[in-house]
Amino acid sequence: MQFFFEVLIGGLLAGVMYSLVALGFVLIYKASGVFNFAQGAMVFLAALTFVGLQEKFGLPLWGAFPLTLGVMVLLGIGIERVVLRPLVNQPQITLFMATIGLAFFLEGVAQLVWGTEVRRLDLGLQDEPIESVMERFNLLISKFDLVAALVAGLLVAVLAVFFNKTRIGRALRAVADDHQAALAVGIPLKQIWAIVWSVAGFVALVAGLLWGARNGVQFALTFVALKALPVLILGGFESVLGAIVGGLIIGASEKLAEVYLPSLMSDFLLKHYDISINLAGIEGWFAYMLALVFLLVRPEGLFGERHIDRV
Amino acid sequence: MLAINNIEVIYDHVILVLKGVSLEVPQGRIVALLGGNGAGKTTTLKAISNLLRSERGEVTKGSIEYKGERIDRSSPSELVRRGVVQVMEGRHCFQHLTVEENLLTGAFTRSASRAQIAQDLEKVYAYFPRLKVRRKSQSGYTSGGEQQMTAIGRALMAQPNMILLDEPSMGLAPQVVEEIFEIVKDLNSKEGVSFLLAEQNTMVALRYANYGYILENGRVVMEGDAENLRTNEDVKEFYLGLSSAGRKSFRDAKHYRRRKRWLA
Repeated sequence: MQFFFEVLIGGLLAGVMYSLVALGFVLIYKASGVFNFAQGAMVFLAALTFVGLQEKFGLPLWGAFPLTLGVMVLLGIGIERVVLRPLVNQPQITLFMATIGLAFFLEGVAQLVWGTEVRRLDLGLQDEPIESVMERFNLLISKFDLVAALVAGLLVAVLAVFFNKTRIGRALRAVADDHQAALAVGIPLKQIWAIVWSVAGFVALVAGLLWGARNGVQFALTFVALKALPVLILGGFESVLGAIVGGLIIGASEKLAEVYLPSLMSDFLLKHYDISINLAGIEGWFAYMLALVFLLVRPEGLFGERHIDRV
Repeated sequence: MLAINNIEVIYDHVILVLKGVSLEVPQGRIVALLGGNGAGKTTTLKAISNLLRSERGEVTKGSIEYKGERIDRSSPSELVRRGVVQVMEGRHCFQHLTVEENLLTGAFTRSASRAQIAQDLEKVYAYFPRLKVRRKSQSGYTSGGEQQMTAIGRALMAQPNMILLDEPSMGLAPQVVEEIFEIVKDLNSKEGVSFLLAEQNTMVALRYANYGYILENGRVVMEGDAENLRTNEDVKEFYLGLSSAGRKSFRDAKHYRRRKRWLA
């Protein structure tokens, strides 16, 4: 049982890391109805810029953070100016294609400026078990994971309040529903988009720091975005809460599946069908299977907005 | 207060939609813009509110003045701030927002205090009591009439001097249309809001408006006091479907076409 809880908690905490990336997608999807393919590239760019600034100018953590944030905000404003502004009122697929282009551009620029080698990112957080928990409950819980989870939780709370209670947040949701109507009531799309992309840049920075600290800052960071996909499908593209719940479910089920499913399945198959296969590595694809099943049952996700049709 | 002088609008650099439209909306008036499908009513309104740009349309000639200043280059949000708000055809509510949130987005451009906005919200509810009942529902799930009310209420939250109201009767039951026009009239007389009203429902529009313009193929073909237009023989025949000889039979369609030519 101890082991089960250890796996479960480890999975939940890892899931929060997925949620962090998923949050960036949700933000932009909520405000412009666009799936931002470049989110992974933004995570990569943010982490790389952070490490690059530290290396080159010997900045401390608290010096590099605001500078990188500044870069991400400028990037957000730039994206609005160069990519989104000419595309107002165009079909969503056009905007989506634009973000694909943007992804390649950002990946290229990041490596052009900071180089391509893998770097270490030290946030001063150790990936080691918390001793007090270990003593009292005999559970291994990583300190790093716990802090990451807290950071993510805080971000979610702030964003949820921002979207639901503030004037700008309301305007963001209005823009997602209907660009034209938003223009007609006097919501300036340009400013709104610049704000959203800047906030998404901020979220990408936080995700990039935590993922970078765990796996090293390297090109593979752009692929964590792929892990955010099943999270989004499960939680719903429009929901900040959904990103968190989806992340928790994916994280936990993935780890549990990895630990328990292979032995169960191979025993079962061997006994009844006399087939012997090795199911290890299920962690790599289990999330996508889960998402696929979910798409069949509830395509809008757990907390997504239902499509409203008038009949 | 609002004056349009001989504007020409071209979409996509090639499609000429308005071929020199001039009209005027004096302070505190309801002016109707009438005409069939594709006559250019919506385009005229969008030219004023500057929503054309996002549809690749452009005002290429003429000028639009509001309170004596040219507004053809101002952004939609600037115009809203100055008091000109458009209520678009087909309502365009924010479907996933509640009715109340929809109304609140209308106040986006204002830097009023929370209390002031709450007070204005109550005022809108006073005009549209039905919205107060439905205020927590997602607007996508409300009826067509309620959505139209939401759209008008949302425009009111910006405290406009002038509302450009596009086809408020579209898809609504005659009774609901009547209800909405009554409220428009109320807003006009009590709040002093001027209206430029694009309508296909000529009968109802002329009953509530003070003045009317008839648009055909991107040109103003007739204008006059609502009363005069209503009694005008041609308007009666072409838009109200009546003539001195009572209802026309379809056999006389040719006659209709012949007479229509001088209008265009």
